[in-house]
Amino acid sequence: MTKLVEWLVGVTVVLVGWAVVSFDLLDLRLPDTYREVAWPMPLYLLVSFGCYSLATVGYRVATFNDCEEAARELQEQIKEAKEDLRKKGLKM
Amino acid sequence: MSSRKTSPPSGHGGDKYSVLLPTYNERENLPLIVWLLVKYFGESGYDYEIIVIDDGSPDGTLEVAQQLQNIYGEDKILLRPRAKKLGLGTAYIHGIKHASGNFIFIMDADLSHHPKFIPEFIRLQKEEDFDLVSGTRYKGDGGVYGWDLRRKMISRGANFLTQVLLRPGASDLTGSFRLYKRQVLESLVERCVSKGYVFQMEMIVRARQLHYSIGEVPISFVDRVYGESKLGGNEIVSFVKGLLTLFATT
Ligand SMILES: Nc1nc2c(ncn2[C@@H]2O[C@H](COP(=O)(O)OP(=O)(O)OP(=O)(O)O)[C@@H](O)[C@H]2O)c(=O)[nH]1
Ligand SMILES: [Mg+2]
Repeated sequence: MTKLVEWLVGVTVVLVGWAVVSFDLLDLRLPDTYREVAWPMPLYLLVSFGCYSLATVGYRVATFNDCEEAARELQEQIKEAKEDLRKKGLKM
Repeated sequence: MSSRKTSPPSGHGGDKYSVLLPTYNERENLPLIVWLLVKYFGESGYDYEIIVIDDGSPDGTLEVAQQLQNIYGEDKILLRPRAKKLGLGTAYIHGIKHASGNFIFIMDADLSHHPKFIPEFIRLQKEEDFDLVSGTRYKGDGGVYGWDLRRKMISRGANFLTQVLLRPGASDLTGSFRLYKRQVLESLVERCVSKGYVFQMEMIVRARQLHYSIGEVPISFVDRVYGESKLGGNEIVSFVKGLLTLFATT
């Protein structure tokens, strides 16, 4: 099963569940409060997922390590390497 | 070019590590990356070879590679050039054919990937007998140097989107500093069709599909100092296309 199909199945299941409760498709005679809660659910889910995404990405951007130390070390090693390679007879 | 020693994997533990270095216009970087590889492999004592796959670089990378071969020996530096620029994916396939190690490292030659992490890759692989070990910029002490806010946002955003859509079981999908068991790499490479960034992503997604075990080593990624980036402006477009293709097909 591809990821696309997995997603389609997941979304369909959720939508069917939502439709059954919101429009009382199966004539379950659910209390009205169920319907009122279920009706705006997809929008709530979308909005909260959006917020979660933004917060996660924002946090990860803010905490992305800047490897200053690694860059300095590399610069040192480049110097050392160039010198050593010249000694070994490399013509750049 | 002279013949290569085809001695079977030998030395400590019988393991041999072949490092594939695809190069295109890396004449300034190649001597430095080779020097660092020799340094860290030498210190750790593992058996290794470095395979340079140059695609007819107009800047004379191959000529520098030949000098390096003279310095470090034909058993350590193997030159497997191709006449023209044929892309990274096929460069790996070409390199594997000539590799004599039972493990294969794939890394960029532009000094973004530092050989100091190699002993860690090897240690982790041995610890849990991982099929592949991937370097990651997104976990633990991993990170980047030389990226502005915009690039960090794109990178993190793209990574998040990919994690949500593909759930690949690895944190760095587009990185290309990895250690593979030889057969694992062979079986993956022949299944992968994408180009550029997406190729690395497809490799790890297919690895998950085939139930290979994946270990991760945090790495610091230092943006290239010398030379030019080969991946151009439509990077994002091709990334999204590749992501959607993988989403629909894997
Ligand atoms: N043999 C071969 N090597 C290539 C080709 N394209 C890129 N490379 C090499 O592959 C490695 C990665 O390429 P880069 O240009 O650094 O791509 P990148 O790391 O995504 O982008 P930058 O680091 O920003 O330049 C480098 O060692 C390049 O020299 C190719 O067509 N053939
Ligand atoms: Mg690079």
